[in-house]
Amino acid sequence: MKLDGKVPAGPLAEKWTKYRSTIPLVAPNNKRRIDIIVVGSGLAGASAAATLGELGYNVKCFTFHDSPRRAHSIAAQGGINAAKNYRNDGDSVYRLFYDTIKGGDYRSREGNVHRLAEVSTSIIDQAVAQGVPFAREYGGLLDNRSFGGVQVSRTFYARGQTGQQLLIGAYQSLSRQISLGSVEMFNRHEMIDLVKVDGKARGIIARNLLTGELERHAAHTVVLATGGYGNVFYLSTNAMMCNVTAAWRSVRRGAYMANPCFTQIHPTCIPQSGEYQSKLTLMSESLRNDGRVWVPKNQEDAKAIREGRKTALDIPEDQRDYFLERRYPAFGNLVPRDVASRAAKVACDEGLGVAPTGLAVFLDFSAAIERYGKSKAHATGLHDVSADKIRELGEAVVEEKYGNLFEMYEKITGENPYKLPMKIYPAVHYTMGGLWVDYNLMTNVPGLFAAGECNFSDHGANRLGASALMQGLADGYFVLPYTIGTFLADDIRTPRIDPNGPEFMKAEQETRDRIQQLMSVGGKQSVESFHRRLGKIMWDYCGMSRNADGLKTARKMIRELRAEFYQDVFVPGSANDFNPELEKALRVADFLEMGELMILDALDRQESCGGHFREEYQTPEGEALRDDANFAYVSAWEYKGWEEEPELHKEELVFENVELKTRSYK
Amino acid sequence: MKLTLKVWRQKDGQAKGKLETYVLDDVNSHMSFLEMLDVLNEQLIAKREEPIAFEHDCREGICGTCSLVINGQPHGPMQKTTTCQLHMRHFNDGDTIVIEPYRAVAFPVLKDLVVDRAALDRIIQAGGFVSVSTGQAQDANAIPVEKDQASHAFDAAACIGCGACIAACPNSSAMLFTSAKVSHLALLPQGKVEAKRRVLNMVKQMDLEGFGNCSNITACEAECPKGISVENIARMNREYLSASFTSEEL
Ligand SMILES: Cc1cc2nc3c(=O)[nH]c(=O)nc-3n(C[C@H](O)[C@H](O)[C@H](O)COP(=O)(O)OP(=O)(O)OC[C@H]3O[C@@H](n4cnc5c(N)ncnc54)[C@H](O)[C@@H]3O)c2cc1C
Ligand code: SF4
Ligand code: FES
Repeated sequence: MKLDGKVPAGPLAEKWTKYRSTIPLVAPNNKRRIDIIVVGSGLAGASAAATLGELGYNVKCFTFHDSPRRAHSIAAQGGINAAKNYRNDGDSVYRLFYDTIKGGDYRSREGNVHRLAEVSTSIIDQAVAQGVPFAREYGGLLDNRSFGGVQVSRTFYARGQTGQQLLIGAYQSLSRQISLGSVEMFNRHEMIDLVKVDGKARGIIARNLLTGELERHAAHTVVLATGGYGNVFYLSTNAMMCNVTAAWRSVRRGAYMANPCFTQIHPTCIPQSGEYQSKLTLMSESLRNDGRVWVPKNQEDAKAIREGRKTALDIPEDQRDYFLERRYPAFGNLVPRDVASRAAKVACDEGLGVAPTGLAVFLDFSAAIERYGKSKAHATGLHDVSADKIRELGEAVVEEKYGNLFEMYEKITGENPYKLPMKIYPAVHYTMGGLWVDYNLMTNVPGLFAAGECNFSDHGANRLGASALMQGLADGYFVLPYTIGTFLADDIRTPRIDPNGPEFMKAEQETRDRIQQLMSVGGKQSVESFHRRLGKIMWDYCGMSRNADGLKTARKMIRELRAEFYQDVFVPGSANDFNPELEKALRVADFLEMGELMILDALDRQESCGGHFREEYQTPEGEALRDDANFAYVSAWEYKGWEEEPELHKEELVFENVELKTRSYK
Repeated sequence: MKLTLKVWRQKDGQAKGKLETYVLDDVNSHMSFLEMLDVLNEQLIAKREEPIAFEHDCREGICGTCSLVINGQPHGPMQKTTTCQLHMRHFNDGDTIVIEPYRAVAFPVLKDLVVDRAALDRIIQAGGFVSVSTGQAQDANAIPVEKDQASHAFDAAACIGCGACIAACPNSSAMLFTSAKVSHLALLPQGKVEAKRRVLNMVKQMDLEGFGNCSNITACEAECPKGISVENIARMNREYLSASFTSEEL
């Protein structure tokens, strides 16, 4: 099958506006007869469900959480981008578009990304109207800050809790539609299969997590907004329950998985401290506005710090290597995530790591504290102030900006980051890969749409900071509610879909059998222990850097682990009951398949780009070496059956507006 | 360190529950409280027993999913700290720790330490929003909002909907939770327009759900992991009074 991204023709800046006005509309009286299932209530799902409800469709929204407000989006810290140019610093829709294409290392579609930049400004308007309390300046207007990979200040934020505030805005809009009866909410329901009728997505099988009952839900169309699959790695910054099941089950029903190997490793996370660790905590990228990243210049100092004989404060200025500033003078500490992460890994590989495990670098705020302190003293008319007073004033400014992050750091590590620099290390954070979708956000399965992190659409091989919130809300508020019309306009005469049809009964039975299979293994090892082992394989061989030999080894290991899982896993409790271990088992089973596909994709992509660094393809200075002649495509994988080789389809990426260049942040 | 845990076990909503005792021999002080429970659960699974059901997700203190009453305190002994952010370094070798679910009529126990908090969603559905549909908004900078005012609104909006305030209150009152939303929106020009309807409808729903009255004990504020202030309750009371006097929609 030839993959057609369906990007409309015409000049880049006019594509979306023109196209939007040609999308077939569904008349209001017909909308009432159309049922839409939205799976997920994060930024993408809640915004889509609320907007579709407002438009008059009958919406059923599903989440495995006990409330739509708990979705993983709630944890986003740093901010959301928008091309408002309120700073008058030269920002524009084109610049946001360009930064995103370049940041993604030229592996995303121009048309989609430009549309994202265009609607970004409406998102901020919408959020403010909902009552999202963004940070403001004394004049009462909205404040901005900078994020990595760009040279303008276009990130809107609400302290360190931007995701929380945006999700609460979307949740409130969703709640309004629930109260009006246009959205029916199904909390504690997990989608575990997709149902197709005559080749079209027409419903889902969901498990009621409280009773264990399997339910069949039918609709004219299904929207997945189920988030990313970073938890394949076991340890990541994602919430514990994030998983790939909805997307993976759709792949098993024919949807293509695009660019699965593109995972983002975030440079600033709190390092792992022990084997019992259940997750990793992000320290927002916004900290790199003011924090300087360094390691000691020589190994003896690093060793002394690791062994607790010295602290950061004992290392004089000229013995510190501010390696990002040194290697990338133009962007300094604000290089994109993939670049910063690899640089930290290189430093630690050279024996300069500063945590007992050897895996950490410093993120130091002392220069910022001094700078802010002086400026504050000046602004308040204080003269001849002592160094201590300056520090105190500076710490207050830093607290106002990042207080909650500093507090979180101290709670977890027991160290005070105002006094000692933070220790950070890269960790899995986000997945650029996801379900393949066309310009309409429809997968190759007619009637199945995907929005937010669960699709592959806009970030190419590397996502820029503060762009996931933007994309999730763009998809949900401003793109999908229009483009869904391209599918639905032909369906206005289709009567309600029958959830008792043979396809539904068959899918339900298959799910029941699958659950039965897991429950009846009765082996000796816990689900958790398999997940941990999978995560370690993925991190060791398909993490920050990859090579062909390692990937081949990893594929073999995963296949063995999967076989062992079905022979020796133990799922306690019963299937007809509230059973978190069974929920986990179903998710880990899908991760065990997804992991292998990520490895295959990483093997296929014989180039380094963005978050995908193949050791075989690098410049003499250790920078990523892209191969545009052979790999400027989206890889879209088709599932072919249990233990069969999946088939690779390629969507060639066409660049009409930007010139493909080596990404340089020097 | 060695710990004795007394944990509430209850098969489902109908069953009678009781405290079971477990001993953990080797708890690392860098672990989080929930990681300590993970370790216990792995041990139970190894013995082919059913693990303890408890809720959690972000483990960063922001999603509001975790709960637990630890030694009588919702979210445990540390101020402004959710259970998931509590670390074992705040306990001592040899301690006995009692772990129970939230107790409130409006929060029925579902299993072990898991309770149903859907009532909080219904309070929001009753009016905790601004009635603006997608695409209706004007430019974000069209209405300036005073920095301090926005900051106060933020303080109230920081509520994570965990329900600890209710678990802490002898009356199981949901005033702190409800007032946080009422304040968040009433403090902003965008939310002012509907303020009267909102407060009346939300308070009505709160009563319908079976939450108790407020008698100014302020245990809610003391146990709130996000430091939501009881000033919000005072503000809600003012809003409610003035709305009751002037609203035609009673
Ligand atoms: C710690 C952290 C900080 C971040 N900070 C930022 C930031 O500052 N700026 C930024 O732009 N991005 C940030 N991100 C990324 C961003 O938060 C996410 O990419 C984004 O929120 C994803 O939104 P979503 O709606 O696609 O998915 P999610 O928010 O993950 O929502 C998924 C939803 O789907 C539901 N679901 C999933 N599977 C099923 C199923 N099978 N059945 C039923 N329901 C299901 C879940 O219950 C949930 O409601 C951050 C990410 C992390 C981890
Ligand atoms: S007010 Fe505090 S305790 Fe109550 S739900 Fe909100 S965050 Fe939790
Ligand atoms: S698990 Fe999210 S707040 Fe505790």
